[in-house]
Amino acid sequence: MKVIGGIRLPHKKAAAEVPTSEIPLPKRLTVPMLMSMGKPCTPAVKKGDRVTVGMRIGDPVQEGLCVPVHSPASGTAEDITDFRLADGNTCKAVVIRTDGLQETFHGIRPPVIQNREDFIRAVRESGCTGLGGAGFPTYAKLSFDSKKTPVDTLIINGAECEPYIVSDYREFMENGSDILFGIRTVMDKLEIGRCIIGIEDNKPAAISLMKKIIGSDKSIAVKALPSRYPQGAEKVLILSLTGRIVKEGELPAHCGVIVMNASTVGFLGRYFKNGMPLVQRRITLDGNCVNNPGNFFVPLGTCVSDLMGLCGAEGYEEAFYGGPMMGVSLYDIRQPVTKLNNGITFFKKIHSVQTTACIRCGRCVRACPVKLMPLDLESAYDKKDTKELKRLKAGLCINCGCCTYVCPAGRRLAEKNQLAKQMLAKL
Amino acid sequence: MNVSPSPHMHDNISTSKIMLQVIIALMPACIAGGIIFGPTAVFDLALCVASCVLCEYICRRLMKKSNTVSDLSAVVTGLLLGANLPVGIDPLCCVIGSVAAIAVAKQLFGGIGQNFANPAIFGRIVLTVSFASQMTTWREPFYYKKGVDAVTAATPLITKNAAYSDLFLGTTGGCIGETCAAALILGGVYLAAVKIITLHAPAAFIGTTALLTLLAGGDPVYAVLSGGLLLGAFFMATDYSTAPITGKGKLLFGAGCGLITFAIRQWGSYPEGVSFSILFMNLLTPYIDRLCVLKPIGAKEERQ
Repeated sequence: MKVIGGIRLPHKKAAAEVPTSEIPLPKRLTVPMLMSMGKPCTPAVKKGDRVTVGMRIGDPVQEGLCVPVHSPASGTAEDITDFRLADGNTCKAVVIRTDGLQETFHGIRPPVIQNREDFIRAVRESGCTGLGGAGFPTYAKLSFDSKKTPVDTLIINGAECEPYIVSDYREFMENGSDILFGIRTVMDKLEIGRCIIGIEDNKPAAISLMKKIIGSDKSIAVKALPSRYPQGAEKVLILSLTGRIVKEGELPAHCGVIVMNASTVGFLGRYFKNGMPLVQRRITLDGNCVNNPGNFFVPLGTCVSDLMGLCGAEGYEEAFYGGPMMGVSLYDIRQPVTKLNNGITFFKKIHSVQTTACIRCGRCVRACPVKLMPLDLESAYDKKDTKELKRLKAGLCINCGCCTYVCPAGRRLAEKNQLAKQMLAKL
Repeated sequence: MNVSPSPHMHDNISTSKIMLQVIIALMPACIAGGIIFGPTAVFDLALCVASCVLCEYICRRLMKKSNTVSDLSAVVTGLLLGANLPVGIDPLCCVIGSVAAIAVAKQLFGGIGQNFANPAIFGRIVLTVSFASQMTTWREPFYYKKGVDAVTAATPLITKNAAYSDLFLGTTGGCIGETCAAALILGGVYLAAVKIITLHAPAAFIGTTALLTLLAGGDPVYAVLSGGLLLGAFFMATDYSTAPITGKGKLLFGAGCGLITFAIRQWGSYPEGVSFSILFMNLLTPYIDRLCVLKPIGAKEERQ
């Protein structure tokens, strides 16, 4: 197994052994028409329409990456509003007033899959996106061209290296057989010969449970990964488990690999059995000012403010979609939970580092899992030297944040590199 | 609500914490210097530290920049400079060396991280060139107990007849902080253990000097334990600002230092070449960095 760079982080997984529970159905859900990478859907319901659980309320556009959106609750479409996403972009959102009946949409039935095209269509119809955080539409990931880029390995990402977050771990512990069914279906339909489930060695219970569930099946292996951040970053995981390198500008399929998050493949396993599209997900609620860390099944579109009482978040100053390393700041506590969020974390007094001059200690260079030179990238960005940025391969940064984390001068190196990437994209 | 870009966590390491570790690592050598060369040595060290810190403070004030005294880097420079001086040197020399180190080598180039030459090395070389006789007048160990005023001793690099045990414990003539090999090794190992330095540069520096000495028919152990080699290798060739970033670069840097040190010791007119070798390699650091850039994982073409 390849040893990665990266850093050792405090795991802080206080919610690890807390079983997932349902939340009381919120009175109102705000369901954005964009909850993945790609383009937003067009709302498929009008103001005042009745909706039921699993009913399609957002139709995907024809061109480009897009997955449909379904209603997480039964009730009435109260409004179609303009909505600002966490990344600053805007889209439409359907506001649903729930009626508490949770009546299931009449068209929900397990997908009938005869061939590869049926399979891809069913995955797209499920509204599935990667549930790990980046939100790449799953159908697009699975519709690789097996002639141009033959895939021989399915990797299941169970590393979950982000502090606090345990939603994938709970998926292993509570839905291990769904994961196995999902894996088997994907391997069967896409003719992938082997599967490796990678789990960080700080989760021994998940490793032994999955080994037990898989039993004697030689095509599926469970591998313990060193608990080093960012072990769960796609490129890092592929290198760790297979020794293969995803080249710049290429996808994992180019080196014969597909990576799926454990929760994603677990969802697909359930979807192939019962046909219920992606309308809720498991999230971890934790943080340094949370009294009762826990895991919850949350209908998509639930406002974060409706969840705070469940975990007892007190005196928070910042809240993130995801964990504190790669999480995105919430600008408003009324923002909804989307398909991208594996957790919401609440923090107080987290920023204490003052920015001073770079002392060239080289910690950022040693920490970078991609072997970039963050200190040189920063100075090239400050000089707006795009030629140098390209030479230093700014585009390869995965924004894991290790460089900023280890910097004794408190320099925001990861942020600078994101800005550098944007600058290069505008050329 | 606060909104900020990721990551939102920090290691809680800071420049001043790193410098504090270096100060701790220098303590054995400074204490050994104090024991071997007496209260005057302690006074010299303290004077260098005080003048370095004051000079840094005044420079930052004059330049109207944020004051960086609290990052403790000036304390490290002061200790290193003091460690590089013979005991009983004119106090004015301590001050001049400190001003050269902080004002000229460090602050004129923009302060911490921006200097191309190691400030303490620069200060020592300024003094070596300007006050050659003062800088080469060493005292005998424990001279202060003998009650005689000026018992001078040549360094083991000149006499070539010191016992290994004296070299190891530092009971020979030499600069305040450079004689006690045991204390320097202890400090160096400590810095590596708490991950403030990597051992690339010291290993290459010491290894190259030893190897070349051996090839030239000399005594490699003697060469390593005598003079300023250990002080330079562990504490000055590992300076962040003035040495290369990557492991490969550090190896190259250390090997270059070793080569030049050997050459000066063997053929030069100065008995010791450690500080010149480090200063010279400092100048080459940007080029070594350029030569030793890492190839990012997944990069398609080679970087020029």
